[in-house]
Amino acid sequence: METDYAIIGGGVVGLSVAWGLLRRGRTVTVLDGDDGSFRASRGNFGLVWVQSKGMNQPRYAQWSQQSAAIWADFAQEVSGNTGKSIPLEQNGGYDFHFSEETLEETVAKYEILKAQLGGDYPYEVLGHNALRKEEPHIGPKVVGAILHYQDGHANPLKLLVALAADVRRMGGRVLTGKTVTEVTKPDGFRITCADGTTVTSGKVVLSAGLGAAQLGPKMGFKAPVRPQRGQVLITEKLPKLINRPSLIARQVDEGGIQIGATNEEVGLDDRVTQPGLSGLAAKAIAAYPALARAQLVRSWGALRILSPDGLPIYQESPDMPGAYLVTCHSGITLAAAHARLLPDWLEGTDAAPDLEVFSETRFTVS
Amino acid sequence: MLMKRDLAIIGAGPAGMAAAALAAELGLSVTVLDEQPRAGGQIYRDVDRASPARGTILGADYTDGRRLTEELRRSGVDHITSAVVWAIEDAFRISYTREGRGAQVEADRVLLATGALERPMPIPGWTLPGVMTAGAGQILLKQSGVAARGSVLVGAGPLLYLIAAQMVRAGTPPAAMIETQTLGDMIRALRHVGGALRGWPYMAKGLKMLAEIKRAKVPRYTGATQIAVEGEGKAEAVTFTHNGRKQRIPCETVFLHHGVVPNTQAARSLGVSHIWDAPQAAFAPVLDAWGESDAAGVFIAGDGAGIGGAKAAEYAGQLAALKIAAETNRLSTQDRDRKAAPLRRALAGELAVRPFLDAAYPPFDAALTPADSTVICRCEEVTAGDIRSYAKLGCLGPNQTKAFGRAGMGPCQGRYCGLTVTALLADANGQSADETGYYRIRPPLKPVTLSELAAMDETTQDAAE
Amino acid sequence: MKPASPFLELESAPRVDVTWDGTALSLPEGANLAAALLAAGVKVFRHTPVSGAPRAPFCMMGACFDCLIEIDGVTRQACMLEVTEGMAITRPQEMGAHANET
Repeated sequence: METDYAIIGGGVVGLSVAWGLLRRGRTVTVLDGDDGSFRASRGNFGLVWVQSKGMNQPRYAQWSQQSAAIWADFAQEVSGNTGKSIPLEQNGGYDFHFSEETLEETVAKYEILKAQLGGDYPYEVLGHNALRKEEPHIGPKVVGAILHYQDGHANPLKLLVALAADVRRMGGRVLTGKTVTEVTKPDGFRITCADGTTVTSGKVVLSAGLGAAQLGPKMGFKAPVRPQRGQVLITEKLPKLINRPSLIARQVDEGGIQIGATNEEVGLDDRVTQPGLSGLAAKAIAAYPALARAQLVRSWGALRILSPDGLPIYQESPDMPGAYLVTCHSGITLAAAHARLLPDWLEGTDAAPDLEVFSETRFTVS
Repeated sequence: MLMKRDLAIIGAGPAGMAAAALAAELGLSVTVLDEQPRAGGQIYRDVDRASPARGTILGADYTDGRRLTEELRRSGVDHITSAVVWAIEDAFRISYTREGRGAQVEADRVLLATGALERPMPIPGWTLPGVMTAGAGQILLKQSGVAARGSVLVGAGPLLYLIAAQMVRAGTPPAAMIETQTLGDMIRALRHVGGALRGWPYMAKGLKMLAEIKRAKVPRYTGATQIAVEGEGKAEAVTFTHNGRKQRIPCETVFLHHGVVPNTQAARSLGVSHIWDAPQAAFAPVLDAWGESDAAGVFIAGDGAGIGGAKAAEYAGQLAALKIAAETNRLSTQDRDRKAAPLRRALAGELAVRPFLDAAYPPFDAALTPADSTVICRCEEVTAGDIRSYAKLGCLGPNQTKAFGRAGMGPCQGRYCGLTVTALLADANGQSADETGYYRIRPPLKPVTLSELAAMDETTQDAAE
Repeated sequence: MKPASPFLELESAPRVDVTWDGTALSLPEGANLAAALLAAGVKVFRHTPVSGAPRAPFCMMGACFDCLIEIDGVTRQACMLEVTEGMAITRPQEMGAHANET
């Protein structure tokens, strides 16, 4: 075997897993795509987010909480190793509401989840006036917000760079410009790429985002992932305008206001559209009227990697034991869990987290 | 309801104006959108307002532009001035901003006549106030009758001589010309001398300009290397090595130029294929003989299709108009070809001199792949060394380095760093420019305020108040 | 007093009053704003939000975004505007304290 683990996919998910395995002394080869690959790692919104996740599956809420709780420590370690900063703020985040009804409905759901989580779901409802004290630029149409104290945001691109650097520093081998076409298991695993490159490994992690839809079934996975487009806007760099992040907007560490995001079922089309941008701009101005005068300098579309129920998939292949599917649409929030907790599951140690609810068996009943 | 045109033309320079006038004459409905308040493009910028004195300084090649602005006016074409186009979508809906309000035009075909940009010339100090492109120096003269005293011109190429000669005529001769081309370049260029002789009028004009510069006793330093702009908070001097000796010329204004390159932003946003043009050292769109790209209905004419100059742009714009007129049954293919023949001959004549010029005045090597400490992305202040370090972290192309280090994320959208990033990555990864690729260009092509965007939102009109 | 400018206006035109960061300036009406400010001796148009480096017009054709200024709370390109009577032009809001936050 050339390597203990071959990781197919060099985005934040693949690199987080690679990082965790390297830290345990495993040898790792990461196979990454090229400049034009669909890369959720460079198009995501950058939230480290807990609220609204796992409303129907408390284990997912808890898994997100676990990751958020160790995120700062994880980021500090990667950044200490590489000298590359990973800006992170975990001072809470908002879910804004433009009507009393939606606010009440959401609170009711949160209360159920909170009970299921044994009370560990620290949030507060802020009426307009209380919110205004926290966010002086909030607009009159926002009737209130749910402030969840476990929420925050990071610079996801700086996480990506720091992980890329630290994986290499720890001796990880990263092959770039690769498209994996075949994975076989004659004895150990043999991974073949379109350009003829082959890698042999003891185990394989498939963390190729949307690429798993093609490759997964060949490896014994269902891999029912589909793309969902999110368009995102970013303004010119501005003085401090927004304190805490929300699903509508956040002010990034460089100063720009990032505004998101659409949810569109348009297949593998990652373009932006004028109607998409206009709708997002209107919503952002409703939340923060001062944004009306801000210049939009950049926008992009990125494809979320969604499973049918929106939850992550962690599954060992029934046909090829030693091959694992790791996929989710919250690679930033879950980066710390993937780096610090998932390796125990891959290695099958006693400390392995219970990920049963995230297995593909949930997709069997049709 | 949006206006639906047969043809929308982006840019009112020579290609756009000539195409618009001919297309209208052939019966097409045409809208021209241009960022400037008056037609002309950069080459004929504000030609209709230039005083006779300014016309004398700038020369007959400039005032000739009035022929085109007049044709455009006479054609009755709908010319939307001061229109900043920020998105072209869906074959074709064009979104633009004018005086703080968003609007749209629809058209069946689009002709991109967006011209050229100065080739980025990242040398140490190029971001200091007082350092401008040579094109900027010319625009100051053309539009505003403003001339820099005691400036230094740096780089290579015919435009550098043109602006020097114009500044001499304006009574503000440059303090020096620091030129990067070498005698070796000129010798290599002589193999293209056949073409140069076909382009003899251009050669003659070039020699006349050089004579004017010489008469004004402007010092010229050719084969200069290690060029940098020095200064605390603004340009104070240019330093360089000439014939093995360090030189320093104090000045407050520096004009940089080592060629112009196609402005491909709009074309790329529409998914038009581009390939590396080695002699011109730039990407150019892939086009047929009429200027139609591989994106259906998207035509490109003028310098945006590959550098050919103003007259070539005019002929190319007319060729595109002929094909569009034939496709929309305003013209038989026989008539199209008959009208195209003299245009093609004239175009070939215009382009004959290019191989000689490209070889004689190549880009300044040290500004194509600059030293590590040089800023290459002016907006985000990313250095050449940063890009090289991202190559070491596995970045194969510019979209990866953009994510890793923000080069190309600023308001200029990579216009002044894109080619440098491609060159640095190609060099670091041992790949060709084509393999390395270029930024994915998306709307907005130019920044637009959120209020203008929101005002176009149909679902939440009232939220946008 | 008008600061010294290396830029010379070759022609004279009727002038109008504007303010630049609160200071009164008299500029040629209808002139390109960036050119007029340069000729009036303005050397630094803005400071970058990244490092605070000074910047001034570079391309004069709307492509480089180095001549950014602010009018009515909106960031604009000076080289894409024409001088009008009473224009109140300021340097764009700077990032200030924000740049030091993590």
